[in-house]
Amino acid sequence: MATATLPEIGNQPKSSKMNLLQAINSALDIAMATDQRVLCLGEDIGHFGGVFRATSNLQTKYGRDRCFNTPLTEQGIAGFAIGLAAQGSVPVAEIQFADYIFPAFDQIVNEAAKFRYRSGDEFNCGGMTIRTPYGGGIDGGLYHSQSPEAYFCHTPGLKVVIPSNAYQAKGLLLSAIRDPDPVIFFEPKAIYRASVGEVPEGDYEIPLGVAEVVQQGTDITLLGWGAQMAQIIKAAELAVDEGISCEVIDLCSLLPWDRDCVAQSVTKTGRLLISHEAPLTGGYAGEIAASIQQHCFLSLEAPISRVTGLDTPFPLIHEKHYLPDHLKIFESIVATCNY
Amino acid sequence: MKIAPNVTPAKRPPEFQDGSSIRLPSLQILNQDGSVAAGANIPDLPRDQARKIYSDMLYIRLLDERMQSAQRQGRLSFYMTCTGEEASVAGTIAAFGAQDMVMAQYREQLALRYRGFTTAQFMNQLFGNIEDLGKGRMMPVHYGSRELNIMTISSPLATQIPQAAGYAYGQKLKGKDACTLCYFGEGAASEGDFHAGLNMAAVLNCPVVFVVRNNGYAISTPCSEQFATDGIAPRGLGYGIKTIRVDGNDILAVYAASAEARRIATQEQRPVLIETMSYRLGAHSTSDDPSGYRSKEEEQEWRDKDPIQRMKNWLIAQRWWDEESDSDLQKSYRIEILAELKLAEQRDKPPLGDMITDVYKTVPSHLFEQFQALEAHIAKYPDRYSA
Repeated sequence: MATATLPEIGNQPKSSKMNLLQAINSALDIAMATDQRVLCLGEDIGHFGGVFRATSNLQTKYGRDRCFNTPLTEQGIAGFAIGLAAQGSVPVAEIQFADYIFPAFDQIVNEAAKFRYRSGDEFNCGGMTIRTPYGGGIDGGLYHSQSPEAYFCHTPGLKVVIPSNAYQAKGLLLSAIRDPDPVIFFEPKAIYRASVGEVPEGDYEIPLGVAEVVQQGTDITLLGWGAQMAQIIKAAELAVDEGISCEVIDLCSLLPWDRDCVAQSVTKTGRLLISHEAPLTGGYAGEIAASIQQHCFLSLEAPISRVTGLDTPFPLIHEKHYLPDHLKIFESIVATCNY
Repeated sequence: MKIAPNVTPAKRPPEFQDGSSIRLPSLQILNQDGSVAAGANIPDLPRDQARKIYSDMLYIRLLDERMQSAQRQGRLSFYMTCTGEEASVAGTIAAFGAQDMVMAQYREQLALRYRGFTTAQFMNQLFGNIEDLGKGRMMPVHYGSRELNIMTISSPLATQIPQAAGYAYGQKLKGKDACTLCYFGEGAASEGDFHAGLNMAAVLNCPVVFVVRNNGYAISTPCSEQFATDGIAPRGLGYGIKTIRVDGNDILAVYAASAEARRIATQEQRPVLIETMSYRLGAHSTSDDPSGYRSKEEEQEWRDKDPIQRMKNWLIAQRWWDEESDSDLQKSYRIEILAELKLAEQRDKPPLGDMITDVYKTVPSHLFEQFQALEAHIAKYPDRYSA
């Protein structure tokens, strides 16, 4: 279980209602306050606070040197952040939309991920974190909707983290910033404002690489991350009426991922459904399915189900049809349990 | 943003510009015979430092010759020489301090030598043995050393350019009297990272000195097929970066420009671009053969402008050097290089366990599992996988 205990201030846990964006902002604020080396950089993130306002007030509070706009160049932002990290800073770079991370792909995959390995640990850029909003649900069409996590999960040397709610977002981001390896932190922008919850105002970390069992169940394990968790939980509620008890797991960290937690659950339930917004072919569900069938083969009662986006570019008008929503997941739960 | 109004009389057709009116001159101080060009100012270069620069150039020339042969003999998988371009690197690195970070491309072995990388260290990397700082992970010539502030070389071109801007920004924030020295070739300047890095360095006022070694070729592609402009230097102007072009075979011109570049970078806190005009006398690498794409006459023309010979002529004219010292030094370098080569090729390879370390700060469990499976497999077929 990843849930950290709430910090106590004078025996009273001090927390407040925050949405996911406010939780991100709070994490950045705390990271910058507690460590002079932490810097924020990216397009429009300075005085304006970013197109989603995740970096609001940080420039006012910490100055233009530590929170600054960059020219419009994703490869430049990633390269610049790598250099900063190698020098000893702790940069948190924002890529405005995950759809626009690809010009930085070479810097992330060939440089950041291999920096420590190729130098024999003479140098590293582990202080670097790249934050980027991902996913559909905002009428964003092809280029404001993608979920490119699988590309990065295929790269040894990176860590990939995706929170699904405000509490996780803050604790995981603080861990990511302080982690000694480069982290790509995908933020589910569809629920930036919709996901509201009690979030400690103080400093806390949620360990990377640890999944969270959101709901205990006995018949099937439902696995996802990010914005997809809301769809999965909704589907699990529908399944109750069918007499199906779902165990729900939020993966939180995709690389490295908590295989033991998932395998333990599947050994118990005998069934696994994985859901992500990204296309089916080459999606991260494939990796998880292969690994779980290897470790849980004798416990499996049905084929592992993948409920994902279609193998198309992300459509605009047909977004609702494309997305793996709670009904598609529900249907797949029933089919898997009746296999 | 201020843009001057266009007051061109409406009667004339609108006037377009392509920058061809800008011809950037190339700074030259030394003639090939070692004499000083008329009216040129000689930079303040003490005798001992001048001798060190010359000795290091001579050393790298000999190292390159020896390792090229070693590759031809099958003792080494790969090598890259910097023959003909020694002054472009020696003259730049010599103007910087040990606290300045160097982020290079792959043909700047002189920077390592100048900072004190030993013959044994060169050899250990080239042979990827147990004493290689890089743990035998990278192809030959991908040197690096934290102790010497020289970032490990990476094969992808131009990636170090925006990184150097970021590194320099970090140095500035920490208030250090330090800057970053970033090398690349004229071919790499076509990569997107060049444009990203120079623009960011200029906009964010980063104390970084970019040195583009214009050596005429990117593998087989001549400059004429790489860009339509007058070299790379005009691009510096386009980004608002203080820029100079120098004769890259003229050690004094390169040094003079570099000393001033470092002053600008550290005191004015802004980037500088130096374009060194030179020629890659050797092949791109041991996997390349230039006879297919350029003439012997062209090569000879540049051989006659040898930067090492030019510096030697100057040193002798200064009475700071003589032929006897020169041949003695060459002899001792050759002996040392050959001896260290023999030692390095006999050293053990790095342990298998190094395969999975440094991917992350600590080895994750899934990598341990994969490694255990590999070890079990090797134990079953030890002969197939023995060194």
